[in-house]
This record gives sequence, structure tokens and C-alpha cells, in this order.
Amino acid sequence: MQRQCKAYIAGAFEHPTRKAVDKTVPQLHAEVALGALLDAGLTKNDVDGYFCAGDAPGLGGIAMAEYMGLNLRHIDSTETGGSSYVVHVGHAAEAVAAGRCSVALVTLAGRPRAEGVATLGVRNYGAGVPDVGFESPYGPVITNLYAMAAMRHMYQYGTTSEQLAWIKVAASHHAQYNERAMLRDVVTVEDVLNSPMIADPLHRLDCCVISDGGGALVIVTPEIAKAIGPRCVKILGHGEAIKHLNGGQVDLTYTGAVKSGPIAFAEAGVTHADIDYVSIYDSFTITVLESLEDLGFCEKGKGGRFVADGNLISGVGKLPFNTDGGGLCNNHPNNRGGMTKVIEAVRQLRGEAHPKVQVPDCTFALAHGTGGSIGTRMGSATVILGRNDA
Amino acid sequence: MSGGERTYPDPVINLETERFWAAARDGVLLLKKCRACGATHYYPRAICPHCLSGDTEWVAASGKGRIYTYSVMRRVEKPFAIAYVTLEEGVTIMTNLVECDLDRIAIGQAVEVTFRTTEGGHALPVFRPTSGAAR
Repeated sequence: MQRQCKAYIAGAFEHPTRKAVDKTVPQLHAEVALGALLDAGLTKNDVDGYFCAGDAPGLGGIAMAEYMGLNLRHIDSTETGGSSYVVHVGHAAEAVAAGRCSVALVTLAGRPRAEGVATLGVRNYGAGVPDVGFESPYGPVITNLYAMAAMRHMYQYGTTSEQLAWIKVAASHHAQYNERAMLRDVVTVEDVLNSPMIADPLHRLDCCVISDGGGALVIVTPEIAKAIGPRCVKILGHGEAIKHLNGGQVDLTYTGAVKSGPIAFAEAGVTHADIDYVSIYDSFTITVLESLEDLGFCEKGKGGRFVADGNLISGVGKLPFNTDGGGLCNNHPNNRGGMTKVIEAVRQLRGEAHPKVQVPDCTFALAHGTGGSIGTRMGSATVILGRNDA
Repeated sequence: MSGGERTYPDPVINLETERFWAAARDGVLLLKKCRACGATHYYPRAICPHCLSGDTEWVAASGKGRIYTYSVMRRVEKPFAIAYVTLEEGVTIMTNLVECDLDRIAIGQAVEVTFRTTEGGHALPVFRPTSGAAR
């Protein structure tokens, strides 16, 4: 029996650029929008809902709606950092189900490489943000915040650098087949451990790449999906959560996935054993390890053992992940990895991933995003998707 | 201050937190405690994050705690240790570790508050290994 769902992903597009010296950010948004609409066989005149986050220039979605000439009756500019686009998939499904729109467009784009934005700087969201006075003087760049989570996880659960390295090794095995991936060389655990230490215990190869580019998704009603055809992918479940420092009751060994995951699984009505493929936001290796534990793919604290020995490598392990090479090897448009996680999950469910990494008979996939920092506060989002006949 | 230490950017100070920074200048680390629910919180707010009561008061911390986690930033001109320290009062706060061998920091290590002067002359609470404890 086929599962009912309230909305489908009909179009998905990843921008081929990795360094966009000759394009503006609005232009990149429009290019990914066009790509996803062409993929769905729709036009911009079909779009009546638009979803974007803080990377879209202007006030919410207003400026981009004007730039692209969209005629909208539903907008949503929820901002949860790199996980925003996973949230948008869920919100778009809800909006479509509620009749608020019938064709929803989600876009992400940016060009931090072309603009030379350093990630070793302290990310400052503005002087009015209440935490900033008590953190920015201490030099919290993104890497050392995630590193503190890794350090505590190692202390508490015995997780090792070798185990974290396996996450990068698996990503590199997939990236070798992706001609657009920034890092295509297959690496070993030793390569990761021998790469320069950036912030203890994270080495250079524990960190994702910096890239320009973007991506877009088109989400439609079941009626439109039926007309478009079997490449449409079912949106079965969605969960989102914010996790923060809780007034000083700090625990960096888990993420917001402890909430977003169960909500998504419950709505989808599937179990972990049903999931054939996962896209897990991989800003750093530790992000993947904590997310997999929190999503329930292994017992808390045993993520290190779970990811070791190639368990995340397609065709080798039990849980193939990030078969495009992920943020660790492929790309990380505008330092926001949620969009590309959903796109690769769509490829897998369509059977359109690279043949060397395509999961056979891929029926159910999970995409998970983490925005902000697991070392402080984050927006976590999970979607569970199904093949058209799932 | 040792010659190898980084310079410290100024904190952002607002109406809710100016008392905290004034006390720091006197060598005191302040926390906020809620008179309604009794919970101590950090970073300090006018409104208790545990019960949303506005009836909060400043209390002086002992300044003693243990390292919850840390990371040494290596890819900078002057490597430094960022950390979370769990205070005796039960709250865990972001800070830097100073006056210590960056290669011998350990989770669980006993530390005590000290202060550094920021670029603009404010006093910033940081932590060092407790006197007499292994460094």
C-alpha cells in the first residue's frame, strides 16, 4: 500500500559553481530557482509560494520575489542558519497541505569564497544579540565551538579522532565520483589525523570546505505531482527544534536532533530500519557523529563505533550517507549545508545519484540539518522523504 | 599577562549587563539569581530564562570551577584556549583559559577566575588553574 503524503518535491537543483567571481548573490538565487523549476517541468509563473533564509538579500523574501518577478500568495523566511532549507521543506509541505500555495520555491545562494569571507573570524550576529557580550571576547570562531563539543564527547564517551576521521573517509569515497566536488581524493584515517590541527581535537580534514553556489527545491501538491510524474519525491515527515545553552545548564554532547528526529519519524510512520540513505549536515565530522546518535541510528555515545570501518560508505556499510561527498568534500554553499543535503536525498530516491554510490532500491531517505553551532545554540531540522511509489 | 597572549576584544555592554562589567572591574564575577524560582543563570539577563520572572538579583560567584570542555585554537598567530567552565554555583560559562600550558589542559581540572583587560579597557573574566593545583 502506498503511503499518503501532503506534498512532494518536484524539482531539485544544485548550482554547479563552487566559486562565483562573475555572479551576484541575487543572480545565483535566480539561477538555482530556474534550475529547479526546469527540473520540475514548471515555470516561474506557476510559483505561488516562496521560502528563503538570511542568505537572500533584502527584507525576508521581498527583494528576491521582486528580482525574480514572482507573484506570491505565501511567503516564509524562517532563519535557522544552515538548517533553514530543511525547515523550509517541512513548512512548504504544511503550506501546500493547508492550501496556502500549490507550487513552493525554496532557494539558497551565496559567494563567501569570491568575497573572501574568512571563517576564522568571530561570527557576530549583531550587538543587540544578548549572548554576544559574553562570548565574542573569548574568540569563539566556528571551528573551536564545534571542537569543544567533540572534546567533551571524547571525554564522556571515549570517542576517538580515528572514529571521527572515518566520517571524512566515507565522504571522500563518495566524492571521488562527483566531478564537481572540490575535494575528490580518497583519504585515509591516517590522512585525516596527519592533517594540521585547527582547533583541538579537530584537524583540517575534520572540517568542511568553503564554497560558493546554492540550490533550490520546488514543492508541490499531490495533484500537481501526479501530473508531473514519478520523479516527484514524497515528503513524509518533518521535525524541527532549537537547542541552546539553557541559562548555563550546558551539555554539548547532544544536538537538537533529539527532538527533530522523533517528530519526523513519527509523522512519516517509518522506523530506522526502513531508512535506506541519510544526508547528514557535515560542517564538521563531529556534527555527523552527534546527529546520527541523536537521530537514533545508534545508542548515545556509541556513534564512534557506528561510523568506523566504513559503515557510512555506500556499497560497503549499513548506512550510506552524503553520497555527493557532502560538505566535507563536495561543497558548502554560503556556509549553509541544509539545501544540498535535501538535494542529494532527492537524487537517491529518484535513482539519479552517481551509479557508483546509488543505493539500490532506495525507498526511504532522511535529510538532517544543523544551523548555528553545536557548541552554543542551534536550529535542527529533519525531513523523511520517500520514493514516488513508497 | 604573558607576552604570548592574544589581545581581548571589548565586550558588548547593554542596560541589562552594565553592572556585570562594572563588578568585573572590581575583580568580581557576578551571576544572576532568580528570587522567584531560585535558579542561577548565565549569561545574565534581567528576565530569568527558567521561569521568565523579572525578579532577578546579582550574586557574586565564588570564582571557582572545573573545566567542562575546551579547545586550543591552533591556526592563529597566538594560539589560545577557549573553554566552558562549570562554576561551583552550577552554571557553565564560556571563557578563556590563561596562565597554563596549552598542551596540558584537561577536562575536570580545577580553575579559578582572574581578569584580563580588553582593548578598550574593560575587565574580562577568564580562568587559570587553581593555585596549588597541578598545572
